[in-house]
Amino acid sequence: MKQSLLRRAALPAALVLSLGLGACGAANETTTPAGESSATGGADSGAEALSGAINGAGSSAQQAAMQAWIAGFQGEQPDVTVNYDPSGSGAGREQFLSGAVAFAGSDAYLKDEELEAAKERCNGGDAIDLPIYVSPIAVVYNLPGVAELKLSGPTLAKIFNGSITTWNAPEIAAENPDAQLPATAITPVHRSDKSGTTENFTEYLAAAGEGAWTEEPSGEWKLPGGEAAQGTSGVVSAVKAGEGTIGYADASQAGDLGIVSVKVGEEFVQPTAEAAAAVVDASSQVEGRPEGDIAIDLARDTTEAGAYPIVLVSYHIACTKYEDEQTAELVKSFLGYVASDAGQQEAAKAAGSAPISKKLAATVSDSIESISAGS
Amino acid sequence: MTTTATAARGEARREARARAGDRIFKGTSTAAGILILLILAAVAIFLLIQAIPALRAPAEEVMGGEGLLGYIAPLLFGTILSSVIALVIATPLAVGIALFISHYAPRRMAQGLGYAVDLLAAVPSIVYGLWGFTWLAPRLTPLYRWLSDNLGFIPLFAGPASPTGRTMFTAGVVLAVMILPIVTALSREVFLQTPRLHEEAALALGATRWETIRYAVIPYGRSGVVSAAMLGLGRALGETMAVAIVLSATGAVTFNLIGSTNPSTIPANIALTFPEATGLDVSVLIASGLVLFVITFGVNMLARWVVNRRAEFSGAN
Repeated sequence: MKQSLLRRAALPAALVLSLGLGACGAANETTTPAGESSATGGADSGAEALSGAINGAGSSAQQAAMQAWIAGFQGEQPDVTVNYDPSGSGAGREQFLSGAVAFAGSDAYLKDEELEAAKERCNGGDAIDLPIYVSPIAVVYNLPGVAELKLSGPTLAKIFNGSITTWNAPEIAAENPDAQLPATAITPVHRSDKSGTTENFTEYLAAAGEGAWTEEPSGEWKLPGGEAAQGTSGVVSAVKAGEGTIGYADASQAGDLGIVSVKVGEEFVQPTAEAAAAVVDASSQVEGRPEGDIAIDLARDTTEAGAYPIVLVSYHIACTKYEDEQTAELVKSFLGYVASDAGQQEAAKAAGSAPISKKLAATVSDSIESISAGS
Repeated sequence: MTTTATAARGEARREARARAGDRIFKGTSTAAGILILLILAAVAIFLLIQAIPALRAPAEEVMGGEGLLGYIAPLLFGTILSSVIALVIATPLAVGIALFISHYAPRRMAQGLGYAVDLLAAVPSIVYGLWGFTWLAPRLTPLYRWLSDNLGFIPLFAGPASPTGRTMFTAGVVLAVMILPIVTALSREVFLQTPRLHEEAALALGATRWETIRYAVIPYGRSGVVSAAMLGLGRALGETMAVAIVLSATGAVTFNLIGSTNPSTIPANIALTFPEATGLDVSVLIASGLVLFVITFGVNMLARWVVNRRAEFSGAN
């Protein structure tokens, strides 16, 4: 403990420098002034350049963003190598808990038993979940002649479980009084591979479906009906290829397909970055977690104005205590960059994610501060 | 490479070298033969060991919650169904192409056509998958609509027709194109080996070209065609990426070939599910791989048996 005090003084300096630099770099594309990021810690000179390598593994949803983060981070710390293996969230958490990688990317926060198991891996510290990747999931459709479509949670649930079969069904007509709805059959398209997108989408259907969705939320699509396609690109192509198709995909991949406005409260919301960040802010944190952990209990059934409830929140999982100092410094510095405004903007550009709100970013930065070395 | 010493010494050395070469060649070829068996055994043992947790797990913990059999049976059904469609389409076509190349086409054209068919085998399977998904499937949708409207009373075409065309039938067609080269190439070789005397005898008896083929070439080549088809079936059973991309696999067990809901196949399911699988799920997938291994093995044994049974009829005599 004592030993780490010294380091604690030096580390924020490194972190702050990286934050400050990142903000400068991004200043031409974004409106954020450089001063805002550095205000989190008060920039001071003398932060040393880091060197070494850290490994991470996990969520494949984060892959595109991760590439941007790694490139951006290495621009600031050229001597640091960050490796990320997009082996899947479950595999990433497993590798993290076994100590094979320094941090994990995961579409789900750690379960209670994993938190328990993490105590040993983290040298008596805790594992913490940091929500750093928010990606809106768009409900896309292909219905010639219908440029705008508004649907509520229960209607979406009924479409995807196959109980509404044609586009001119009364439920859809009631929500779209102005649209000319054809009698075309509805073909719901879902993912054929296990995916965090499916899990988040079914969570939404279960929470906002008002009982219309009876399946347990899961990464695998359990219902036998509808059409299945591989990966986000597969779903988008299948929706594009068929007439009367509807599916769900990362909003950034929706292309020129029609995007459903989803009912929240009394209005219908499009999956924009702001709306996605808003639902995360409107949600509460999971209780009974270790200090510094920010596991979010997404309010899928929120009625908050301007919030879009179908989002995927992906976490970085790190230890609060690492065995050796170098790893701790590198993880801290890298995660600091990821959570910074510059990092979030890079991810938004590369992966179409929604930058986390200033409020959440500040909380995440505080948690990252608690990362240290020693036992 | 002999040195310019005396002739006798050179002779002796060459003999010695030949003996050493003999031994080395015998050694390496034996080793290669044994290595194949070892690899096969290693794969079988790996599959068995990795599958044990899945075999032992209680039914409700296996993916899908209906036990290992409940999980694998629909996949096995889909695997066999898609392969059978492929075989039904590819075999007659392949035999036709092979006969044309071996007996009808002018020599120069036959050569070119042979190369073209062989080239089909060099296309990576994922390319067939993309072709099936983006080109073939949309073009088959009108056919599916017509089939479900007019032949809907046949369970195979019960519909409702898929609007995207990513059906079991499309997957079967893509697989058929993929196995076409191997079935054609082998059949062609077999037909070309028909003893010249048999054919000339048939012609001398006043047979037309078709009758010659019917009474001399086809009986001679039948076992070869069967084994070629079985090899093709083996490839179709194990095909992964093309099916994973083309087929809309939702896990339903149905004979309806033209709908959106289809059973998946074992290899495609492994490819799709493995990236996010952990723990017991991996073991379940490997168990399904074991089933496929056994089936493919069985198909090959069957092919051998068919070939051996008809050995007396074939060209050996």
